[in-house]
Amino acid sequence: MALPAHATIGERIWHYAFRIIVGVIFFFLLFPILTIIPLSFNSGEFLHYPLMGLSLKWYHSFLASGAWALAIENSLIVGVSSMVLATILGTVAAVGINRADFPGKQMLIALLISPMMVPLVITALALYLFYAPIGLNDTYIGIILAHTILGMPFVLITVSATLQGFDYNLIRAGASLGASPLRVFFKIVMPNIAPGIVSGALFAFAISLDEVVVVLFVAGPSHRTLPRQMFSGIREHLSPTFLAAATILIVVAVMLMLTLEFLRKRNEKFSTPPTGADAG
Amino acid sequence: MAGQVTQNMSLRQKLRRAERRKKIGAIGLITPLFLVMLIFYFIPIGIMLYRSVDNSEMSEILPHTAKAIQSWSGKGLPDESVYAAIVADMKKAYPDRTLARVGRRLNFDKVGFYSLLLKSGRKVAKLQGPPYKDALIKIDKKWGDHTYWTVLKRGLQNTTWLYLLASLDLRYDDNNRIVKVPDEQAIYLAILGRTIYISASVTILCLLIGFPIAYFMATTSTRTRNILMILLLLVFWTSLLVRTLSWIVVLQNKGVVNSILMSLGLISKPLELVFNRIGVYIAMTHVLLPFMVLPLYSVMRGVPPSYVRAARSLGATPIVAFFKVYVPQTRAGIGAGSLMVFIQALGYYITPALVGGPKDQMLSYFVAFFVNERVNWSMASALGVLLLVLTGSFYLLFGRRVNVANIKLG
Repeated sequence: MALPAHATIGERIWHYAFRIIVGVIFFFLLFPILTIIPLSFNSGEFLHYPLMGLSLKWYHSFLASGAWALAIENSLIVGVSSMVLATILGTVAAVGINRADFPGKQMLIALLISPMMVPLVITALALYLFYAPIGLNDTYIGIILAHTILGMPFVLITVSATLQGFDYNLIRAGASLGASPLRVFFKIVMPNIAPGIVSGALFAFAISLDEVVVVLFVAGPSHRTLPRQMFSGIREHLSPTFLAAATILIVVAVMLMLTLEFLRKRNEKFSTPPTGADAG
Repeated sequence: MAGQVTQNMSLRQKLRRAERRKKIGAIGLITPLFLVMLIFYFIPIGIMLYRSVDNSEMSEILPHTAKAIQSWSGKGLPDESVYAAIVADMKKAYPDRTLARVGRRLNFDKVGFYSLLLKSGRKVAKLQGPPYKDALIKIDKKWGDHTYWTVLKRGLQNTTWLYLLASLDLRYDDNNRIVKVPDEQAIYLAILGRTIYISASVTILCLLIGFPIAYFMATTSTRTRNILMILLLLVFWTSLLVRTLSWIVVLQNKGVVNSILMSLGLISKPLELVFNRIGVYIAMTHVLLPFMVLPLYSVMRGVPPSYVRAARSLGATPIVAFFKVYVPQTRAGIGAGSLMVFIQALGYYITPALVGGPKDQMLSYFVAFFVNERVNWSMASALGVLLLVLTGSFYLLFGRRVNVANIKLG
């Protein structure tokens, strides 16, 4: 979209004005996130500029406080467990879905990915009512299963996407050479769809790490996760410790995103790229 | 000939068998996930739907009354047997502390029932023997008012529409007819309207600021596009709570925005930018913008530039060419992005709860409110049903051609 040599003055003005508009919008997108990172290193306890000096004390108070440490631990327990469960269940089901056509397949897929679209508060309330009589509220198992449900659709979709580029003749070749179905799965299918599985797993982990509504309903004080701990404090006593926590979460998000982009690029190299969107 | 036919048959049979085996294998692989989802997702949602109308608890606590009141026609006062039944039930339920639960539920239908039941429950223990009718009316003359008995009869049925009606600002009147609640008590339709209004406003804001950047990204050089895509995905991946927290810090009275505006001399005292509707619009637009940009961008990538060029060479002004030729070709992206933003906005809870004021809360907030503050699961479920129906109907109306899965994955 370079400016052609014959552009009129009006076109020239619009060309630059449009770039300024786009710049302003991206500024709007990044500005709040970039604002809080320096503030988390502030030696004063105010949440505004100018900085009083640089210090790591809020990171220290974040990592040293019992409540935050518990929240980190809980987030890791819940995140990793639900990620593993969602990845196993989602991968196996994705292989099944892509293996054969059967009546009602589209309907089934729509049902399986519905947790993505149903408002979180409904999932939260439904699980809370379901857990109450069977004693699963205020337990790790309850939260882990809830997050498994929320993360699983992402695994299902990413694995299905890589399976679409997968050559099923490889399975036949493996079987004809005498490998058992299980051996074919682990030696042939798995290595080929690994990028999809890893992407799905990372999505499931990120969903769990960010989720607060369901935790708000079904978790007790001793099972508070990181976002839950942040939620309860934000309106009451917002301190720079929260900004330290937020900065760490931003770093985690950047790492997750870069890993996923790497996997996506790699996957595109190995399979035929879909038309229309190369990086979307 | 005959041998060939049987051979063909058996080949076809073999093929069919192999197909069937494949199908069974596929279903077998899906089953574990489906079972987990059935137990931990679909059944719970079914329970929520059921909870919004379930009233069986009442006849369990007041079993004799529930039975005896069936014979009452609804006109005048019930006879002695019904009074005897409720005295018997209260004598048991009051010390069990279950009477308060009944009272709370009936109070939802008719204010005053809670105190009536607790007061009577305390006093019936001293009643000696029948007749009870006059004795109860002596304890409280409300027992001689047939409207309370109408409410009680309605309240002892195993299902109730009370909560679903309440979620639409409707109630029963003294003659068992469905009527609107008085204006000063009506709140839920206003909340429903507010939920739709905020969601629609956020969708329009997202479209207005998402369209230019999607267009720029779709038409610029690969290098710039990749950088912008990474920046967009960075925002997309940053935790919702972190982004909401950032806006509170940025928009507060002493926040960056206010201090810049004040140091420029544009304002003399800080603007109220957060804990009100402005904050909700800003934060929600920020959070939901990627869901608008990503589908728009992927559609725009497929729009050939030749049509706009053709329009320009035929004499259309740039503005006409853009709106008449370019925009219609991006309709699929506009539709998909708007639907994604709108439907997600309908269910938003965390962001409005943190950056909004009391008048900016949406349906989800009240679902949580009735669970956590009021411990009224029936009303929470009824509002949940309302939200589910609202989201589901928009999705069914417009969602056919939208690939939700791809957009959600960024």
